[in-house]
Amino acid sequence: MTKYIPTIGIECHVQLCTKTKLFSEVDNDARGKSPNSCVSPVDYALPGMLPRLNHDAVKLTVKVGYALNAVVNLYSRFDRKHYFYPDLPKGYQITQMFYPIIGAGFVELPDGTKIRIEHAHLEEDAGKLSHESTYSLVDLNRAGTPLVEIVSQPDIHSAAHARDYTKELWRLMTHAGVTFGDLYNGNMRFDVNISIAPEGSDQLGTRTEVKNLNSFRSVERAVEYEIKRQTKLLEKGEKVVQETRGWNDATGETTGQRSKEEAEDYRYMPEPDIPPIRLSLEEVQALRDEMAWLPKDYREWMRGCLPEDTTEVLLDYPQLCRCLTELYHSNEKSNLELAKSTAKKIANLFSSVLLAEENTSLLNDELPSIAQLQDLVMMNDQKELSSTAMKEVFLRFFDPEMHYKDTRTIAKELGVVQENDLGALESIVDAVLAKPETKQAQTDFKAGQEKVIGFLVGQVMKESHGKANPSVVQDILRQKLR
Amino acid sequence: MKTASKEISAVSLVQEALDKAHQYQDEYFVFDWIDDAAIEKARLIDEKIARGEQVGRLAGVPYALKDNFLSKDGESRASALILEGLKSPVTATAVKKLEAEGAIMIGRTNMDAFAHGSSTENSYYGPTKNSKDLQRVAGGSSGGSAVAVALGIVPFATGTDTGGSIRQPASFNGVYGIKPTYGAISRYGVVAMASSTDCVGFFAGESEDLDLLMDICAGQDVNDLTTLPDFYSASKVKEGKKRIGIIKDFDSDVVDAEIRATLRTKIELLQSKGHEIVELEMPALKYALAVYYIIVPAEITSNLSRHDGIRYGYRSDKSRNLNDLYEHTRDEGFMPENKRRIMIGNFVLSSGFYDAYYLKAAKARTLIIQEYEQAFSKCDYILTPVSPNPAFKIGEKVNDPIAMYLEDVMSVPLNLAGLPGLTVPAGKTKTGIDLGLQLVGPRRSDKSLINFAKELKEVA
Repeated sequence: MTKYIPTIGIECHVQLCTKTKLFSEVDNDARGKSPNSCVSPVDYALPGMLPRLNHDAVKLTVKVGYALNAVVNLYSRFDRKHYFYPDLPKGYQITQMFYPIIGAGFVELPDGTKIRIEHAHLEEDAGKLSHESTYSLVDLNRAGTPLVEIVSQPDIHSAAHARDYTKELWRLMTHAGVTFGDLYNGNMRFDVNISIAPEGSDQLGTRTEVKNLNSFRSVERAVEYEIKRQTKLLEKGEKVVQETRGWNDATGETTGQRSKEEAEDYRYMPEPDIPPIRLSLEEVQALRDEMAWLPKDYREWMRGCLPEDTTEVLLDYPQLCRCLTELYHSNEKSNLELAKSTAKKIANLFSSVLLAEENTSLLNDELPSIAQLQDLVMMNDQKELSSTAMKEVFLRFFDPEMHYKDTRTIAKELGVVQENDLGALESIVDAVLAKPETKQAQTDFKAGQEKVIGFLVGQVMKESHGKANPSVVQDILRQKLR
Repeated sequence: MKTASKEISAVSLVQEALDKAHQYQDEYFVFDWIDDAAIEKARLIDEKIARGEQVGRLAGVPYALKDNFLSKDGESRASALILEGLKSPVTATAVKKLEAEGAIMIGRTNMDAFAHGSSTENSYYGPTKNSKDLQRVAGGSSGGSAVAVALGIVPFATGTDTGGSIRQPASFNGVYGIKPTYGAISRYGVVAMASSTDCVGFFAGESEDLDLLMDICAGQDVNDLTTLPDFYSASKVKEGKKRIGIIKDFDSDVVDAEIRATLRTKIELLQSKGHEIVELEMPALKYALAVYYIIVPAEITSNLSRHDGIRYGYRSDKSRNLNDLYEHTRDEGFMPENKRRIMIGNFVLSSGFYDAYYLKAAKARTLIIQEYEQAFSKCDYILTPVSPNPAFKIGEKVNDPIAMYLEDVMSVPLNLAGLPGLTVPAGKTKTGIDLGLQLVGPRRSDKSLINFAKELKEVA
């Protein structure tokens, strides 16, 4: 049986998290707002309205470029792409067909595979339609939201890599801070082009495009399905038709929507209402300098500190990663070693406590402050908090009753601060040693029975109501019983 | 022009304009809508004057607004059925600036629907008549505005000029008309025809009034990214003897004999006053009309795509599904000339034809721009006819699009190059039809151009 090699290219639409829309002054974040409440005359295409260019969107696009290791074109231009649909008020989409702002680049997957980027361009999103039984409703809140379309080369050859690529794109975009990255709400959407060809063939097969996928899992499943479907067709001696297909997440199948023959002629032309974008070298360099850490930076930084899989899990939570870097940078100048060990301890808390299944709901809450986290590690370093107590205090940071209090106050209220005062501890130890029920243990220890030290430490801990630092207690006991 | 003061009330100025507007309306069909409520605005101005408050430079001056400007007064329809019922929530920048100076709009003037045309015969509401001959066209597309000024209804009117739509009707009606440098005045709030050539401009009975209007309206607008930083108010007028360019190719049989004679007389008079005449060879100009009728329809197609019956304006009630809705609404809502241009535009942009038509035209446009640059290294201004013929008979050309397009041959090159052009009244034909000449200058020479119009008037 012939072995078929799939070839996959992916176009990804990323909604940028600018304050206002790409060409108008209204709110770009319509989450939780009623339909058509974030719409200006420019967005609903009143005659005589002209686009204004939101320069923040241009800046974020430059950052997308750097996240993709790509060329940033200092000269770029907008074009009009025409088609009629009620979600497109002007009858054309303003996009960049001929001179895109971002040129060639690449994305490196966690396993080291490089996927080349063909280009990325800035464009506006369309509105949304909802179809009722005898009519359809138009919501233009999303019309004019800035989008970056990232076009990959056909460098992907498996469903797993397709998933990894989209996931890595999500991480790059969220870490770069250009999007909210909310997949459920369509902040990132994927169009996947898939063809298969017999192994060794120097020609690519006919491709199909599965449009509008909005999760990594659906990308993977759609690719798997298409590979199977196309393989079956070829094995039966039939042909793959070049067409656009839709994905049905419930059935796990793709279905034909529009063949190439029916494809629209978009009648592209240069956008005469917006002068070309001309960026200065200084401007783009300044943007590169203010780039947040990207996954590759974290991987390098965490290598040796955290197990690789912990690092990979943490990378799915850009807000945690940002918190770690902030923590690191706040200590970095005064004490590099301390900075590293502090960040490492908090990284461990994040992965062991916050990402534990029973606590993941806390991720929606505000993260503890840098000061709280710093104090937490410091108290642990100074043996005032045991590892267990540290976890307990850390969880309390998310308690609405507690989160505004400083670390020491919370620890005190919880009664978990360890007693480290030698004088105070000695008197507790003396009291314990004076008790008749410890006499036998003392004798045994002096006779060389090491194990009984644990019993004695336990007695002291009990006497101190758990606040004594056990290792300090042990030191004192050993001295006294020598 | 007369402004309101303690001696002349704004109410009297506006009332007089309204009276004239009504008086001429049936015969000439100047307006799509006359705003009798304008008198209320005049009253407010008079109250301000009575209180001794500061009033603007156009206090109480009645004016006529071309129907393709958005304002909160009336419906902004661009004389097209498809925009019927459009009450704009937005006011055009130019209108805002005029009204901030106290000007009072008394009506919306008739035009070729969406400014497609050279005669105002393409208005959904019917043609406007020439101010000197009811059998003849007003010119277009800003025919209503030109006639409103020519009949003395208002001292000035707004217009838009995409290929001659101010200069040609000004010429046909014996008034001044300025098409400024591209980008001088904001296009925000003006129903777009072709974005890269559309210009807002004015008609006036006196060239000095154009200077004031330009001073008020020119300048950068954050809402129009193609506007230039204000150059008008600061420009220095160059006095003294000028080098006047004339284009050899325009002195040919295709141009009406009386127009050629008028131009020749004017040139001789200028020469006798000591101005130098320079003959220009401009071979690329013969492509201008072809280039224009590729680029402009392409932009028209694109700009008219928004008229789909979904969000505003006219919607056909014959529709049973989405495609029906588009087809019937656009079929019924657009005039034949609108449809012709939409089809041409779609053709030149369609896949496989873009390179052969649009791209080639864009390159030829660059050649035309360069040719003008060279011309203006040899002369200060160029003096040409505005159009090959004086005002023609109503119905004469409306069914012959090529003949109609040829009327634009001398006006469109400026729009492609973004240059300012001024129509200066230059006399009448033997039968009493107005004739104008076109004075063209380099980019940003608008002020000098308007100033030189005085010279042209004096040599008459």
